[in-house]
Amino acid sequence: MRIARPLRLLEFRPGSLAPIIAILAVLLVLLTARQPDFLSPPSLMSFLGRSAPIILLAAGQYFVIVSGELDLSVGSLVTAQVVIAARLIDGDPSAGWPVVVLLLAFGIAVGLVNGLVTTRLRVPSFITTLGMFLILVGAVYLWSNGAPKGSLSEEFRRLGRSGFEDVPALGRIPYALVILLAAAVLALVLTRSDFGRTLVAVGGNPRTAELSGVRVWRAKTMAFVLSGVAATLAAILIGGYSGVSFQAGAGLEFGAITAAVLGGVALGGGRGSVVGAMLGALTLETLFTLMNFYGLSGALKPTVQGAIILFAVAAASFRFPSR
Amino acid sequence: MSGALSLSARRTPPGVFVALVLTLAIGWLIVTVDGGRLFSLQTTVSLLHVAAGLGLVAVGQTLVIVGGSLDLSVAYVVSLSTLVAAETMAGDDGALLPGIGLTLAVSSAIGLVNGLLVTTARINPFIATVGVGLLLKGYLDNGYDGPAGKAAPALVQGLGYQRIGPVPLSFLLLLAVAAAAWLVLARTRFGHHLIAVGGDPEVARLSGVRNNRVLVTAHVLCALCAGLAGVYLASRLGAGAPRVGTEGLYDLESIAAVVLGGTALAGGRGGVVGTVGGVLLLASIDAIFNQLEVDVFFKQVIRGVIIIAAVAVYARRAMRKAS
Repeated sequence: MRIARPLRLLEFRPGSLAPIIAILAVLLVLLTARQPDFLSPPSLMSFLGRSAPIILLAAGQYFVIVSGELDLSVGSLVTAQVVIAARLIDGDPSAGWPVVVLLLAFGIAVGLVNGLVTTRLRVPSFITTLGMFLILVGAVYLWSNGAPKGSLSEEFRRLGRSGFEDVPALGRIPYALVILLAAAVLALVLTRSDFGRTLVAVGGNPRTAELSGVRVWRAKTMAFVLSGVAATLAAILIGGYSGVSFQAGAGLEFGAITAAVLGGVALGGGRGSVVGAMLGALTLETLFTLMNFYGLSGALKPTVQGAIILFAVAAASFRFPSR
Repeated sequence: MSGALSLSARRTPPGVFVALVLTLAIGWLIVTVDGGRLFSLQTTVSLLHVAAGLGLVAVGQTLVIVGGSLDLSVAYVVSLSTLVAAETMAGDDGALLPGIGLTLAVSSAIGLVNGLLVTTARINPFIATVGVGLLLKGYLDNGYDGPAGKAAPALVQGLGYQRIGPVPLSFLLLLAVAAAAWLVLARTRFGHHLIAVGGDPEVARLSGVRNNRVLVTAHVLCALCAGLAGVYLASRLGAGAPRVGTEGLYDLESIAAVVLGGTALAGGRGGVVGTVGGVLLLASIDAIFNQLEVDVFFKQVIRGVIIIAAVAVYARRAMRKAS
């Protein structure tokens, strides 16, 4: 019995994508029941564009989590990047691309530090990235004396808020969505590469991986770097879409981690798929949109989010007992 | 068996106390050169007050971490507890005991939910307690814009500001709670079981330990401690404060204190004595920075570096011991 090629995606980790797809489908049905034109191209495109940052973060978090670690610094990294971008650009239209390159370098550097401290100094990543969180938040406040300075140029913000206009059938395609798709393809290729498989092996059983000649520290450090890059891309989109604030990245780390777990990525490492993580993020965003349409108070958002997460993860763990 | 267990209780490394003495000595020197006084009555009292609040949370956190679990909902439990206490008391001394009783009942109930989610529903503790934290956050955000209720005057005068010499009553409360927790861990059957469950759940289960019951109890005790911290903060502020727990970073700082105290994040090793040392260390750093009038944001950066560095030192020593 040969399984047809397209099914490979679902077969990759048996069953792990089924729960999240089911939840997403239910939420989408509820959404269209309330707002029939939600699935029309314009609104769907703008929804996907808006969800791009958290989906990117969830993909980055996947690499770290599947390798058996955790990155609690991504939210603060997003905030830091947005504040840095505003201060460096300071309204200067020509500063756009150089700043993007600089942000990427900074994101990679933060990922490297997280990774090396975790793997070489053997500090648990929970503590490493929590320390990085404190350092980044403190540093951006310190650097800007408590209020963000400068402003983002229109050119820089275009990535987050504009798109290809007048595309046949779809209307407007946000640049954010294009970036997301490119990143998703890249992430998928990475997970299928030797590196991706090594990472899963490292997370599943570091000792065995070590003994079979894998340089565990290098794989894990790469994962942190990828998470830093994902956070940088997310920051560029968020800065473009919603502008500069110290709250730009607040709480995103928990959002990304819960999205990944919701999508079947096991905390502790070794199990899950990057597609699952991204679908998990999409599901969370769908949930928030649904709540908006049903007029739920914004303050109640966390309560519903918490309840859904608990319910979904509990349901998933009943079906797939921990290894 | 008792040999191994008393070892794990005694193994609480004195390292954190060496660090504490060094920090205080160096801090005293710098502060003195700077023209200030580190051990003035006022500084000492405020140091001990800071330690009392964080310490109550951290002692509870130690119990769950030793058991191989984690509680990230404590910050919200602290906030909620200040409100339950202050609103029940409503400034009336007659309602003091009912207020405290209700607060502790509510917080233990939350701990029970945490414990059941982790054990019976088999949700990863990180996700379970973040989920419960989100539920509480939603309730707090939705119901409160600012301080509410009024703590009983007797509570404010007693637990809030009463002291014996330079030692606040609240710090004595912390010592009492820590001593009780130490006794529980080192001398009771429950404590031995908890350490066993944290060390290797499967072995513990096969040796007849009721893992679930033990972990649920640990979660209830942890939340109870957070509730107690809430009562204490209500006594300091004179009112309920819906955001005091999260603004104080009690979730992350309590975990940092536990880890600084030499308790392994993976569970099975460590103790309350080290945690108290970790709390005193964090509080001392705070006091030194306050004396030097260091920028709050810079303080946060340094704090992040210190936490990472301290844990790295531990990891090195553990590695050397192992080899």
